[in-house]
Amino acid sequence: MLKIEAILQPSKLDAVKDALLEAGIEGMTILEARGHGRQKGHTEFYRGREYTVDLLPKVKIEVVVTDDMKEKAIAAIGSAARTGRIGDGKIFVSRIEEAIRIRNDERGETAL
Amino acid sequence: MRSRIFLLLLLPALLGYSASLFAQTPASPLAAQAPATQAQIAQLQQAVQNAQSAGDNAWMLVSAALVLLMTGPGLALFYGGLVRKKNILGTMMQSFAMMGLVTVIWAVVGYSLAFGHGNGFIGGFEHLFLRGVGLTPNADYAPTIPEQTYMIYQLMFAIITPALITGAFAERMKFSSMAVFLSAWSLLVYSPMAHMVWGVGGLLNSAGGRFPSLDFAGGTVVHVTSGVSALVTCLYLGKRIGYPHTNMPPHSMVLSFIGACLLWVGWFGFNAGSALGASSLATSAFVNTHFAAAAAAISWSIAEWIHNGKPTALGAISGAVAGLVAITPASGFVQPMAALAIGLFAGLVCFFMVFMVKSFFGYDDSLDAFGVHGAGGTLGALLTGLFATRLINPAFGKDAPTGALDGHWGQLFNQSAGVAIAWAISIAGTLVLLFLVDKTMGLRLSAEEENAGLDLSQHNEEGYDLNS
Repeated sequence: MLKIEAILQPSKLDAVKDALLEAGIEGMTILEARGHGRQKGHTEFYRGREYTVDLLPKVKIEVVVTDDMKEKAIAAIGSAARTGRIGDGKIFVSRIEEAIRIRNDERGETAL
Repeated sequence: MRSRIFLLLLLPALLGYSASLFAQTPASPLAAQAPATQAQIAQLQQAVQNAQSAGDNAWMLVSAALVLLMTGPGLALFYGGLVRKKNILGTMMQSFAMMGLVTVIWAVVGYSLAFGHGNGFIGGFEHLFLRGVGLTPNADYAPTIPEQTYMIYQLMFAIITPALITGAFAERMKFSSMAVFLSAWSLLVYSPMAHMVWGVGGLLNSAGGRFPSLDFAGGTVVHVTSGVSALVTCLYLGKRIGYPHTNMPPHSMVLSFIGACLLWVGWFGFNAGSALGASSLATSAFVNTHFAAAAAAISWSIAEWIHNGKPTALGAISGAVAGLVAITPASGFVQPMAALAIGLFAGLVCFFMVFMVKSFFGYDDSLDAFGVHGAGGTLGALLTGLFATRLINPAFGKDAPTGALDGHWGQLFNQSAGVAIAWAISIAGTLVLLFLVDKTMGLRLSAEEENAGLDLSQHNEEGYDLNS
């Protein structure tokens, strides 16, 4: 089992969610997040005073999938979220040791 | 005067009515010319007066409500959106507190000191506890509306003026000290200034004062006094912790936007209401008010567009407020094209004050109370002397020129005298009060309180609790 975490532009959330559903991934968790990458935010002007906003609003989406779904999920997220410009976000993949369905104590991939 | 003209217009109608009565009897045609009796004329005159009084009173009560709308919610939202979110309630409370405190002070003594008969500088005590301020008109001020209407209308000005100052010391003054300071300010600075400009026998009164200055709705009385006092206060108090290196952006431009638009609407009561009746002069002030706001919103936006590359929402609404401030003294004296010019200038001058002058000197006029109200009020008062014309308002008597372009260049001196006195009384009065309150109660929050924000440290509340 793998956890795929993607940090996205908030405006891309709906497109990514739909792409994941279409790829057959049904469970997901969405977190509102703030952060920055190499670009370090942007500047705003209020009455001529410049403010640096370095932590921008982002959305983090988490899905846990079986190993064979890895590339399909990455492709779904990547193609839906990509604009080609700075700030499109990142995808991280990590291994999950165990999954437990709380309702009936199912374990492993059947719990996904 | 107007009532007599109205009477003249009505007389033929009355005569025509009596003529039709006579027509039923075969009397000689001469009988139809029989003049109305004295009693009928008196009755008619009274009816006309009552009608005018009703019309004027309706407009003045609405105007009073519009001016209160400027303080809460208008100014409270405008300032509230511009501070950081930990200070929103405290900031709004500063405006709201004036709605309570100044009202009580006004009823007890403020109105009397502003509009009682005193000397050239301040009114007397004859209206203490509103003694003698009843439902009949006071011919000294507004002969067609109950004096209580005039009193409550003027009260709304007395409320917003100290509330404007709060923008300069945002996010760092103790609530208790603020309440004492601004209450005393309304007696020591506002009432005398209102008396000098508008009160009977006032030094600056346009009708018979030593320096007859033109201030239709409070360019000096409201905006110069509040703006200059704001500058003095922020200099005395010092900067907010972290200013100017820490980010302190407005936390909600949406609130500020709504607030500024409410200010614009309320300003019709402020300026057009200052005609003190539902007259054509009110129309003139209404049109000028709107024109100046629009022109200033545009000129500030263009200046910002050129200077910073983009026009901002905050720039547009700040420009509109600057235009409204500048047209305030001029609104009942100038023609619409002059109002456009005043707005245009005001947007540019206030932009310059806020963008360049403030950062050059480095004072922390947090929400630009001085840059907009002090500068805009001073500019407007001077331009009133330039553009005022007897065609709109023969303030100095029939056929006497009013402003410089009308042929009365000396008015520029009178306007300057009004501005100078407003600056002087504001600086002196504010310094004295700040010093006294500082030595007895302390003005500033502790660093810990300032970091926690006004809402928690002064009121034990939070403006936003989105988790509950």
